[in-house]
Amino acid sequence: MKIILFLLVFPLIPALFSSVTGNQKLRGGIIRLSSAAIALGSIYCAWIFMGKDITFFSLEHAFIEKGVLAGEIILSLFLLYKCKDIVAKEWWIPSLIVVQTAIMLFCDFGIKLPKVEHALYIDNFSVIMTLIIGIIGSLICVYSVSYMKDYHHHHTGMKDRQRSFFFIMFLFLSAMFGVVFANNLVWLFLCWEITTLCSYLMIGYPKTEEATRNAFRALGLNLLGGLSFVIAIFYLVKVGIAGQKTIELDHVLAGAKVFALIPAILISFAGITKSAQMPFSSWLLGAMVAPTPVSALLHSSTMVKAGVFIIVKFAPVLAGTFGGHMVALIGGVTFLMTSLLAVTQSNAKRVLAYSTIANLGLVVACAGIGTYETIWAAILLIIFHAVSKGLLFLSVGTIEHKIASRDIEDMTGLIALYPGLGFVMLVGILGMFLAPFGMLISKWAALQAFIDVKPPILALLLAFGSAPTLFFWTKWMGKIVSIPQDIHKARNGVSGNEWTALGLLAALTMAACGLFPLIASTFITPYLIDNFSQRVNLESGNLIIMSIMLAFMIIVPLGFALYPKKWPLTPTYLSGANIGGSLKYRGAMGREREVGIRSYYLSGFLSEAGLTNVSVIATLVLIVAMFVTILLPQV
Amino acid sequence: MDTKILMDQILGGIGYLLLAPVLGGLLAGFDRIVTARMQSRKGPPLFQPFYDLFKLCEKRGSVVNQFQNLYMLCFLIFIIITGLIFFTGGNLLLTIFALTVASVFLILGAFSTNSPYSTIGADRELLQMMAYEPMMLIAAMGMYLVTRSFNVRDIIADPFPLVYSLPFIFIGFVFILTIKLRKSPFDLSSSHHGHQEIVKGITTEFSGPALALFEIAHWYENILLLGFVYLFFAAFNPVVAVFLTIATYIFEIFIDNACARLTWRFTVKSSWLVAGVLGGVNLLAAAYLLL
Repeated sequence: MKIILFLLVFPLIPALFSSVTGNQKLRGGIIRLSSAAIALGSIYCAWIFMGKDITFFSLEHAFIEKGVLAGEIILSLFLLYKCKDIVAKEWWIPSLIVVQTAIMLFCDFGIKLPKVEHALYIDNFSVIMTLIIGIIGSLICVYSVSYMKDYHHHHTGMKDRQRSFFFIMFLFLSAMFGVVFANNLVWLFLCWEITTLCSYLMIGYPKTEEATRNAFRALGLNLLGGLSFVIAIFYLVKVGIAGQKTIELDHVLAGAKVFALIPAILISFAGITKSAQMPFSSWLLGAMVAPTPVSALLHSSTMVKAGVFIIVKFAPVLAGTFGGHMVALIGGVTFLMTSLLAVTQSNAKRVLAYSTIANLGLVVACAGIGTYETIWAAILLIIFHAVSKGLLFLSVGTIEHKIASRDIEDMTGLIALYPGLGFVMLVGILGMFLAPFGMLISKWAALQAFIDVKPPILALLLAFGSAPTLFFWTKWMGKIVSIPQDIHKARNGVSGNEWTALGLLAALTMAACGLFPLIASTFITPYLIDNFSQRVNLESGNLIIMSIMLAFMIIVPLGFALYPKKWPLTPTYLSGANIGGSLKYRGAMGREREVGIRSYYLSGFLSEAGLTNVSVIATLVLIVAMFVTILLPQV
Repeated sequence: MDTKILMDQILGGIGYLLLAPVLGGLLAGFDRIVTARMQSRKGPPLFQPFYDLFKLCEKRGSVVNQFQNLYMLCFLIFIIITGLIFFTGGNLLLTIFALTVASVFLILGAFSTNSPYSTIGADRELLQMMAYEPMMLIAAMGMYLVTRSFNVRDIIADPFPLVYSLPFIFIGFVFILTIKLRKSPFDLSSSHHGHQEIVKGITTEFSGPALALFEIAHWYENILLLGFVYLFFAAFNPVVAVFLTIATYIFEIFIDNACARLTWRFTVKSSWLVAGVLGGVNLLAAAYLLL
């Protein structure tokens, strides 16, 4: 209990501290120390609660209830105040805030909230999320210390508002812990809205016109989800589960589907907006305008993970229902379409963003089906995605500061230019798509589970969607490992804070890939047994083969280090028209010409706007279908 | 019972390791003779691919960077691992994923040279992978729906010929087999002849022993793919099944000789269309009708 309160409250201390201190050195030190404390705290928490049954905690105090209420009102007023910055005709954003708050206040005063027995809980899924938030989140905070210094070096015209930046970072972590521990749905909702607020503030950090616009888009779309969440709470206090009015998560999950499905669908919709599924994906793409650690945080350990967390949580209710199938299809369509969209991009951050949306789509698809096999796959996906994506975003951030570009084409020869950075990038990418590493194991599990679902449409979506994934990742890896003949190792290194984060995340990615059977058996199996009374057994034969493959993969970098460099070098083949040893050739009229090499981006074959329109329409139809089910009498 | 499975696994594994390159080489020689006959030529001796291979091994290779050949070695190793998974009766999906790993190594090798021709070849190889991958997965899923197992050893033990229950998937598979066997009209990434627009594409910068590795890997891969085709006929008498598998290969040679190379656009579009329509229809039918 104490450790959970620690994780909830402690991040507020460095948050407040960094908001008042202007001394950069002191602030850096405090941030490093508190990040370490949060990471250790979450490991300790995992150590105590892993493998145990779900544990509930009561936390009854009139003061806390009032505090939550006050928090909600302050949050709404603050957001309303911020709406003064709206430039476009986005009047619907303040009206969403007003409606949402009105419903919440009506629930509070008009109907009276039912008594809450257990305000907090922790189970094995929360433990996994705690580790993700606590370790990856705090590594990103450490990384930000030096990144933000560099950032303001590169953006001299921008006002240095690092104090509020770090305040929001830590507030974000605290709110995320709230999302994964709260059993009281009103508290969960408050934390949910705080994450929306934090991402709005962070996306708007650069204060440019584009940043403000994108921040409001993120705010608006997430408030849409928030409204749906509030309606779910309203339903629960007005109608309740089998006549029993409740705002406790475990009561809803344990309730009969006839009653529980309605709040489940409403909250899943909130999850869909938060995890940036089509048609709401645009806010996450717009979020790239913020400094890179923000993207890393949003994509790996917070925000979007809160979205999929809640949907996975409700999976047992969604399983086998029409609404659940619609949720799954939204995820499946998102997976296929955003994988194709990622192929067309050469901006590294956009590729990463599309790939995040795609992978979350897969998680949503798994959760919508909601069998124990798909939940096994979904949780593994969340873990692997968190570590690899955190690593990739931070690497891209560092690379951007080094080579002054985030275009994949400019990363040619990265492995020769910055061997360390190139290596960690490769680790991250491999973890995202290739056997025998992380993500692929989950995809494999998902495929095996989807094929038994009738009709096997999700299996088809997965089969088609994973092919473009291969294309864009391998293409990117190819750019990193290609070695122009005249390239030399760069001199300027990477700062200590950034290396700490990158190195540890790379190590975590490798550890997660190598130890996944252990992770699955200590964390995921107990959760499945609690909720589905089932366990996933891995065939030992396949595990042996995967270990052999993994062993080979570990030898490969060693091979590169030890490989005898004995081959006679020749210039690259240019049909015999080379000039010297370079990539120049004698062209028409005897002119010297440089060879330009670019990968395929299939623009013209696949258009970003066209694909986006198609998927927005398709997913809107699915969302309408999803909501129609809750209006129909439940069978 | 368990010892019998183990014996089968060991036999299958050792058999693939030792015999696949021999059979693959003979298949290549046979391919060249049949191709020659289709073009009213006499063609080289059956063992010509082996003579070529030995000659490559004796040559002094040259490279544009010191690491490129290591990728080729990894390509060969992972093709062999893939074949071992398959021929020891392992999981079909894992086989497909391992095959992907192997191809990724080949592609990275080509990218690493930073040569324009190799890069085009590598990009096109990736497009080819994007084209054939869905159909391969659909074929594996179709086999699962019929036999209730992803394991090769269970699939070949199924008493009913898969080609009867998965006819459309079989046609779709033969379609993408053309890509995988590097045959026209889909030999986009490394053209058969070095004097065409992308020179030798993906293998342009590889020479001597490294190119020999590529050839051996290709032979291993071809036998693996024929093994995949064999699954569709496995319930027949083994002689008939092998005969039908070889007939499928001869059909591919015929297509190779009858077609000119097509664009990558057509390749990706047509393979996805074939996979979506033929594969999708057959998969739906298998899910609803066969149980």
